[in-house]
Amino acid sequence: MNSFFQLITQHRVLASTLFLAVFPFIMPYEALAVNILIFGLFAMGFNLLFGYMGLLSFGHAAFLGIGSYLTGISIVHYELGWGTAIIVGVIGAAVGGLIMGFLAIRTRGIYFSMVTLALGQIVYYIFYKAESLTGGENGLRGVRVDSFNIFGIPVDFLNPLIKYYIILFFVVIAMWLISRILNSPLGAVMEAIRENEKRAAACGFDVAKTKLLVFILSAAICGLAGSLRALHLSIVPIDSLNYLQSGQAVMMSILGGMGTFFGPFVGAAVMLYLEDVVTTFTKYWMAVIGLIFMFFVLFFPKGIWGTILSKLQIHQDSK
Amino acid sequence: MTGLTFELLCMQLLTGIALGSIYALLALGLCLIFGMLNVVNFAHGAFFMVGAFLGVYFLGVTGNFWFSLVLTPLLTGCLGLVTERFLVRPLYGRGLDYPLLLTFGLSYVLIELMRITFGIEGLPSITPDGLKGTVNVGIGYFPKYRLFLIAATALIVLGIWFLIQKTRYGLIIKAGAVDQEIVKVLGVDIAKVWLLVFGLGCAIAGLSGILASPTRSVNPEMGVPILAESFVVTVVGGMGSPVGAVVAGLLVGIVYSMTSLFYPDLAELSIFVLMAVVLLIRPQGLFGKAGAMG
Repeated sequence: MNSFFQLITQHRVLASTLFLAVFPFIMPYEALAVNILIFGLFAMGFNLLFGYMGLLSFGHAAFLGIGSYLTGISIVHYELGWGTAIIVGVIGAAVGGLIMGFLAIRTRGIYFSMVTLALGQIVYYIFYKAESLTGGENGLRGVRVDSFNIFGIPVDFLNPLIKYYIILFFVVIAMWLISRILNSPLGAVMEAIRENEKRAAACGFDVAKTKLLVFILSAAICGLAGSLRALHLSIVPIDSLNYLQSGQAVMMSILGGMGTFFGPFVGAAVMLYLEDVVTTFTKYWMAVIGLIFMFFVLFFPKGIWGTILSKLQIHQDSK
Repeated sequence: MTGLTFELLCMQLLTGIALGSIYALLALGLCLIFGMLNVVNFAHGAFFMVGAFLGVYFLGVTGNFWFSLVLTPLLTGCLGLVTERFLVRPLYGRGLDYPLLLTFGLSYVLIELMRITFGIEGLPSITPDGLKGTVNVGIGYFPKYRLFLIAATALIVLGIWFLIQKTRYGLIIKAGAVDQEIVKVLGVDIAKVWLLVFGLGCAIAGLSGILASPTRSVNPEMGVPILAESFVVTVVGGMGSPVGAVVAGLLVGIVYSMTSLFYPDLAELSIFVLMAVVLLIRPQGLFGKAGAMG
């Protein structure tokens, strides 16, 4: 058992890909699997900043929203192809990350969380007010992508299983990128900043620049999740920009295990699956997840995946 | 712009001060808790919302505004005491992020609890009988209730100032914020002080909720935007500075109402832009000490 976990943490991208390839078959229906895939990516992007560098942002809904809206607007208003639309969404989120990060990294600690939350609300109001482009309160409707060609092969995007694998393709690229970042010297500096910012600075690392760079990378990954979500839902709800949405990324990371590679995905899967089950019994889902979340913060701060790893004494930070 | 007169500007300024009063109270509650416990209460907006619901409910049942004005903050204060004792206290010494995360989860629960108790539509807000209508303030007619709001806030702020600056308890609170170890050595039960300060902060949040209830719609989600707005006030004023909280609260209220006079579409945005400008020029806030934001 121990060596099994050792193996999958060593080959985390491969292991995740294999698992995700069979994932839709153990879920009750494909749309839920697609949702988990997208939110898993969102939480992973968030975890890059929070789990690995210790910056608790409450504004990451902004990047999910920017990705969704720009992809949606590109398709609805400018009739761009879906590939270009995704690139527009990701670049837009990265630019948003640059601006927000530039302002937010001037602060530290709890202050950082408050500032990112407030800056995220700016993005909310901008998209809320730009009604002619975004549909305002009603959200952006009609992001329809029915089918397209990949190298001449027609693909039916309405088939949920095919949709899942196309989205998985992007998620795997992003996961590989995240894994690559974490294994690079940059990843080591990130963890050094998390453990002791002053010491990292004293060692000669440019703390501010590293923070900004990781903020932008994290924003871009969340933006990709947003773009994919727009394609999946074919609408962009204005709620995707609310800070409660940022809180979802926070909750997923904590539930799964912050600072672990696969944890945020576990958190997303558990949370969305639970939501699917619980909402068939009661409409008071928010109270249920709020209580579960508080329970984890109090008693299992390492989260599900993090607790498993620490029980098996696997050091997953090095590889 | 036609029709823009000096009187209109003054009226809008008064409206801004009334709105800013609520912001100032909320930020003051956040600031008290933060200055003492180093905890940012992410459920502050939810406590505000609970205060508004309880206030309107008691007002409807008893018909007595003054009664509910006293009872509501007592109840939200007690809720704060329970929160600190059983939920926040186990997290001390485990990193500053954990109390923040916990109170965020708590806000979910409080929102849903109010939905269960009072329904998702919320309650119709009631203006108390004696404070209905408008009154001539020399330059025009201004809603009586908003004048009351400004006066009530001034009284509460004075009361808190008196508590902190002029009483023995205030001395302990101030000392505890500087060095809790020394205060402990001097024989003060610091845990009890933390408990009471958290309760006081939540009581003020509830009080601002009931005070604000006649001026806005009372629904379970009303605390969501107000939390972001009170963070803006805290950042502008400077974390941990009570004077900053009050001044920035009024400033943010005035900026909001002035922008809504000239560019109604940009009113919500304006206060966040104000915050961004403050962050660029003076990251520690108008009244914050440099380096005290870590």
